[in-house]
Amino acid sequence: MKANKPFQFVTASYLVRIGNQESVSLIELQHGIEGCSDASIFYHTFQSLGRHHFLTEGFSNDFAEWVFSACNRPALAEQLASLDIRDYVSLADLRGDLRRIVGDYCHSNPREAQQAAFEPFYFCETVEEEVPLGFEAWTLEEFRDGLKRLGHASVQFHFITSRLRLHLRSNDFSQWLAKELELKELGRRVDQIDVYTNTLDSIRTRMIELIEREPVQ
Amino acid sequence: MTEVHVEPRANKIDDYAGLLGSAEIAELRALASRLEGRTVQMVNSTSVGGGVAEMLNRIVPLMEELNLSIRWDVITGGDDFFAITKAFHNALHGGRYDLPDESFKTFLAYSEQNRARLRFDSDFIVIHDPQPAALIESRANHRGHWVWRCHIDLSQPDLRVWDFLSPFVDRYDAAIFSSPAFARQLPISQYLFYPSIDPLSDKNREVEPDLIAEILRRYQIDPQRPILTQISRFDRLKDPIGVVRAYQIVKRYFDCQLVLAGGGAADDPEGEAVLAEVREAAGKDADIHILDLPPWSALEINALQRASTIIIQKSLREGFGLTVTEGLWKKKPVVAAAVGGIPAQVIHKHTGLLAHSIEGTAYQIRFLLSNPAIAQRLGELGHEHVREHFLITSNVRRYLTLFLHFQKEQ
Repeated sequence: MKANKPFQFVTASYLVRIGNQESVSLIELQHGIEGCSDASIFYHTFQSLGRHHFLTEGFSNDFAEWVFSACNRPALAEQLASLDIRDYVSLADLRGDLRRIVGDYCHSNPREAQQAAFEPFYFCETVEEEVPLGFEAWTLEEFRDGLKRLGHASVQFHFITSRLRLHLRSNDFSQWLAKELELKELGRRVDQIDVYTNTLDSIRTRMIELIEREPVQ
Repeated sequence: MTEVHVEPRANKIDDYAGLLGSAEIAELRALASRLEGRTVQMVNSTSVGGGVAEMLNRIVPLMEELNLSIRWDVITGGDDFFAITKAFHNALHGGRYDLPDESFKTFLAYSEQNRARLRFDSDFIVIHDPQPAALIESRANHRGHWVWRCHIDLSQPDLRVWDFLSPFVDRYDAAIFSSPAFARQLPISQYLFYPSIDPLSDKNREVEPDLIAEILRRYQIDPQRPILTQISRFDRLKDPIGVVRAYQIVKRYFDCQLVLAGGGAADDPEGEAVLAEVREAAGKDADIHILDLPPWSALEINALQRASTIIIQKSLREGFGLTVTEGLWKKKPVVAAAVGGIPAQVIHKHTGLLAHSIEGTAYQIRFLLSNPAIAQRLGELGHEHVREHFLITSNVRRYLTLFLHFQKEQ
């Protein structure tokens, strides 16, 4: 089967902009989460997962990591780490939940909330530059071959950050498979690949395996 | 003003594909293709010696290979100019600035001379560190984008020097720092570019086991027993005495050896004094190997790191800590202090272990010696972390992205 519209493979490259904002305690982290830009929430959650994709055991986002290693508050760190970015299609919702979790902890533990951390949390934000890779796929076979040519940044762009762009609990790959090739089940299985327990390499390998199991069209 | 002509590299960009994968190299080419025909100019204060020159010697030819037209210029100045910029450097790192106000005029006079000699016609101009910072005065008649790349820690500068320099810095389009902790509040955008290592350099490339064995023999280090290593110059801020104390605690539980290897003692009176203190702290322990190595010891350092069981970096204050990067790249478990740029590299319990005291350092070392499988896993993940963020190719990618960003904004 040939798609009506091809899949355009894109890579994204990211700059990290350093914000003029830092937190040295949990209460300051709460204020920081309230006041920072959407690009900062994105950097410390969605982007952080992509940057640390090779950590498949217990790494979730920068906030959880800082609360654990710089504030020594494992219970709060666990709560923050339990937020699954796949549940969010808007940064406002994600910010709201981060703020609620940290705020509840600070409210219940006012002394701990004021204690100085070992090192500050520096708010940064992402600047994204998209660049088409110059190849596209019209068929499932071409799509599989294209996947084999993708670097980490491309996989991250199409599979992880696409959720915010699409405002859907899905990703570019699954969307195209379902819409253009009418392979809804394959798209669903691709979307089920766990971004927390897979590296970007193993996500790509899993997708290729799933495609190769498909009957020839 | 001198233009630097970099020798063609033995290593080509495709040589990195073996380490990174060909897709990553293809992505670099895709990014660079969007900048075809654009010109880049790097300006710093020396073409040899020091980390900036070393980095430019590697980045410039890689960018040329990616079809960017890139030029590297070095400013010139008399001994008085470089004495002032050395004092600037120390003052920006938190030391006191004792030179008279006249020194600022001398600095500006040399800057004027360099402006008169230098051609500013590139699309992207990257000025490295404080020495050439005042060249921004030339931007008035220039259409390009100006970036100030600060390689030093500006978190606690002497305000006399910073107040003099900051009006120049404020006029750039952007500044680049090696860590968010090193940045200052500025009215311009500030970007994070981590320092990087070249995995194909003598310091970091794979070395033959025979060479490692020969170097261990040369320094009478036993390959059969655990080797704890800190590589750094003999400087109190690297806390070599603290490392000896941590080793002495560990030694009660494990029959291990300590290697303290570095330079800086030969041409630095303070380094010589620190070396003497370290020797005194080590006493007559034959398992403590204190090696004062000359600057051309890249392969020896590489071999010592590769032979090590654990790499230590127990600094009291640190820049980015590239010796940590080197250890991680060699898949070694690292125990390091949570200072400077180290926490960006050592993610506690993921890519290494952080410690905040001598006792904590000793405890983490004992934990790793007791749990070799965990140590191995940390080393492997540390290697991945470096591969992803701290290699020279990542640095090239960041520059390309910044230039693309400017291009889009234009």
